[in-house]
Amino acid sequence: MLSTLLALNPPYWVETLTKIGIGLVAVLLPTGALVYLFLFKMMSFMQSRLGPMETGPYGQLQLLAEFGKFLQKEDIFPSKADRFVFGAAPFVVLVSTFLLVLVLPAGPDTHFVDLNTGIYFAMAVSSVSVIGILMAGWGSNSKYSLLGGIRAAGQLIAYELPLVLSVVGVVIMAGTLNMKGIVAAQADFGIWFIIPQIIGFFIFMVAVQAELTQPPFDMPVAESELVTGYLTEYSGIRFLLFFIGEFATAAVFSAIGATLFLGGWTIPFVDANAAIMDYIGPLVLAAKMIFIAFLIFWFRITFPRFREDQLQRLAWKFLIPLSLANIVVTAIFKVVF
Amino acid sequence: MPKVPGLVTGLGVTAKTFFKTVFPDGPTKPPAPSKGAHTVQYPHVKEAPPDRARGVIALHHDNCTACMLCARECPDWCIYIEGHKELAPPRRAGGKPRQKNKLDRFDIDFALCMYCGICVDVCPFDALFWSPEFEFSEMKIADMLHDKSRLADWMHTVPEWGAYEAGAEVKTKKLPSPSS
Amino acid sequence: MTGTHEAGVVSPSEHTPLVSGANGDIAADLDITNEQQLRYIAGQAADARVNIELETEGMTLNIGPQHPATHGTLRIVARLDGEQVISAEPIMGYMHRGYEKLTEVRTYPQVTTLINRIDWVGSFANEVPFILAAEDLMDVEAPPRAQYIRTALFEMGRIANIMLFLGDMPVQLGGVTAIFYAFRDREFVLNQIESATGGRFHPNFNRIGGVKDDLPAGWIKETKTAMQKVRDFCDEIEDLVMGNEIFQSRCRGVGIIPPDVGKAYGLSGANLRASGVDWDLRRDADSPLAWKDLDWKVWTHPDGDSFSRFWVRLQETRESSYMVEQLLDGLPSGPIMAKVPRIIKVPAGESYVQTENPLGAMGYYVISKGELTPFRVKIRTASFSNMSISPWLLEGVYVPDIATILASLYFILGDIDR
Repeated sequence: MLSTLLALNPPYWVETLTKIGIGLVAVLLPTGALVYLFLFKMMSFMQSRLGPMETGPYGQLQLLAEFGKFLQKEDIFPSKADRFVFGAAPFVVLVSTFLLVLVLPAGPDTHFVDLNTGIYFAMAVSSVSVIGILMAGWGSNSKYSLLGGIRAAGQLIAYELPLVLSVVGVVIMAGTLNMKGIVAAQADFGIWFIIPQIIGFFIFMVAVQAELTQPPFDMPVAESELVTGYLTEYSGIRFLLFFIGEFATAAVFSAIGATLFLGGWTIPFVDANAAIMDYIGPLVLAAKMIFIAFLIFWFRITFPRFREDQLQRLAWKFLIPLSLANIVVTAIFKVVF
Repeated sequence: MPKVPGLVTGLGVTAKTFFKTVFPDGPTKPPAPSKGAHTVQYPHVKEAPPDRARGVIALHHDNCTACMLCARECPDWCIYIEGHKELAPPRRAGGKPRQKNKLDRFDIDFALCMYCGICVDVCPFDALFWSPEFEFSEMKIADMLHDKSRLADWMHTVPEWGAYEAGAEVKTKKLPSPSS
Repeated sequence: MTGTHEAGVVSPSEHTPLVSGANGDIAADLDITNEQQLRYIAGQAADARVNIELETEGMTLNIGPQHPATHGTLRIVARLDGEQVISAEPIMGYMHRGYEKLTEVRTYPQVTTLINRIDWVGSFANEVPFILAAEDLMDVEAPPRAQYIRTALFEMGRIANIMLFLGDMPVQLGGVTAIFYAFRDREFVLNQIESATGGRFHPNFNRIGGVKDDLPAGWIKETKTAMQKVRDFCDEIEDLVMGNEIFQSRCRGVGIIPPDVGKAYGLSGANLRASGVDWDLRRDADSPLAWKDLDWKVWTHPDGDSFSRFWVRLQETRESSYMVEQLLDGLPSGPIMAKVPRIIKVPAGESYVQTENPLGAMGYYVISKGELTPFRVKIRTASFSNMSISPWLLEGVYVPDIATILASLYFILGDIDR
């Protein structure tokens, strides 16, 4: 990537380190933006209040304050907790998020790695976070956490299927699993996939909401019953890692949704292969990501949560048949036209 | 026309609140969430409580005769009164010297006080008044015991009696003139 | 869940060998000592005991006393089988303040101050039944203007209380926005209560024989504006919460209370009216307050589930706002205090007055021996009886439904524990 972008030819280790650095920034910067814009400010404005205002102008440094606060807290391990499982859980969740960002294209040559099975890799890797949540629930040695962890396992596995199946429709239309190829297909068709795949988009949004355990699907973290579900026993830096993980995953899934349905880094009426898109592409992708994240958080703020059995019924009896029908219809249209 | 699903109207309510908060003057003016939100940003902006708000109790010690009624009626027993009797000069020449109660100590412990107002109601000489001041937090709990001079200082903050609604037969009372 | 296998369970005095001397050859053959036999028997006995102890399978989940869902320090011990509740038992008393004992050593004005704090959200409504009972004993009736002011403040206390419920129940279910609207619009009502009485939550405005002071100028107009905001809030909650399909699927059919079961458990207030029982003490009890002069209706709902409890309370809030406007329009002029002596000594006797408080039926049974202080005050609170149905109601529901049902029953801890 660096060789094409900056016309340099650095040694492999320099390039790798740069990619790691950019990867960290690419995940953490949108996370911070999402937390500030949506959690602090948009949620507050929708509730007729102001949110944090004292730390920095209009509360912009609140995240820094929270970061410092969590860092200086005691790292508590419950007495009978399984130390390794309990301690490793937040890292497992974060690993899946960082792996997801590898396949996101942000320009004709701006990407980390160009996998031919890009979206397939993304879907596979996003399931790793389920293990992390289960580890958190079980390792905490607390009944609340256990309930939260088991609910999470059921919910996340159930909603993996509609997520993947909704993406299959896009893949059929694009004809490739490669993320860059999907973006190129949208540029070639001249139309973003959200319009022909509107049902797929709807299923994708619902499944992403459930994958992120956001209301209305936040049974695992149902605050009013389980305190914080699988997060109950975490404090300090590990809680911060879970918190970052939640918003980072939201950011990355929004970016994936933007790539699949909203045309990724392309702008209409601009040539997709122009060199300038290498630099504007990330900004365009960020804007589209913010739009999809806005939708996710808007639903989060407005709706109460589903009960676990209603949630499962929605996934298995409604979303999966709908997504299968979507695939069939897309395939028919692809073959006929 | 089919009924809009409740999910969509719910989204509409939050969106409407969002726009009312961010653009309180309408979409043409620039966003002003500080004005549109209902948050009062204390301590930069202070809301004045109504005149009758029970904030702190003020003492007009010219009227106080140390009759101890307020200390007796307080549900928390947070009023500490000490007084002694003095001889005042007789009203007419050749008469008996009068006995007067003199107030030595009048403390109200606002850490114990329930802000119920029984002492103010029960005082037969109108020596106690309510003031809507509420910003008297202290660092040490012992400082919450307000002594006679501090209670007399609160008298400056006691508002004048307001008018009543139509049809009331209660007369507005007048505040006593500031004590010497 | 522990079972101990201890060898020394059987007392050493019972040291008779199992295998007696008559069959001594068998003992010799088997080469079993007394010690081993006893240990074997003790092990079996311990196993049997453990099996009896472990009879109830499943997990015991202790919800509370510190928990975001319970409105205070309520503890619910729930036995779960997976996600289903086998049995749930509420344990109250973490907030007991000894009100009934306190009233034995306080004079009547002091008791009025204290009982403001029983149901701390429905501020004014706590004082009224006690004052009515004392007035009954003293044979004093407050003048009509005082009764109207009392009723208006009573209804405003009801509005403030139920608005909190309308915001809080969605929060228990996960929709966090409603409670901010509730607190935002409740401020208008609380500001009005404060302008008249001096206290937002604890007005302490009733006196035996009337109310303490008259209304300040401009109060009627401002209160009518506040009532309009209450109605706007009710419309908003209807759009945001009640019409929401997720909310309905969480609440409909959950926690159904049949009317006879409700009456048997002593439910009162909106919980009973949501089961279809047409019972409202404002209309049925003979009270000197001004409800009989007003044109209002009692709202009931035929299903007895959580959704109907929410629905009934929403309609009641609107109805109360109209009632307050009627009261203020028809406010008679006159004095606000009847002639009572300065030092109040209530004559000997007993009196029980029950009123329709926001949480249900609250009653005070006042026994007086003619002194400055009451001899005994028994406080019948609504939430205590409302909670008594929860073990019956929570059997066999899912864990999320515990939150729904408890939120819809709507109790305040101060009201339960006193």
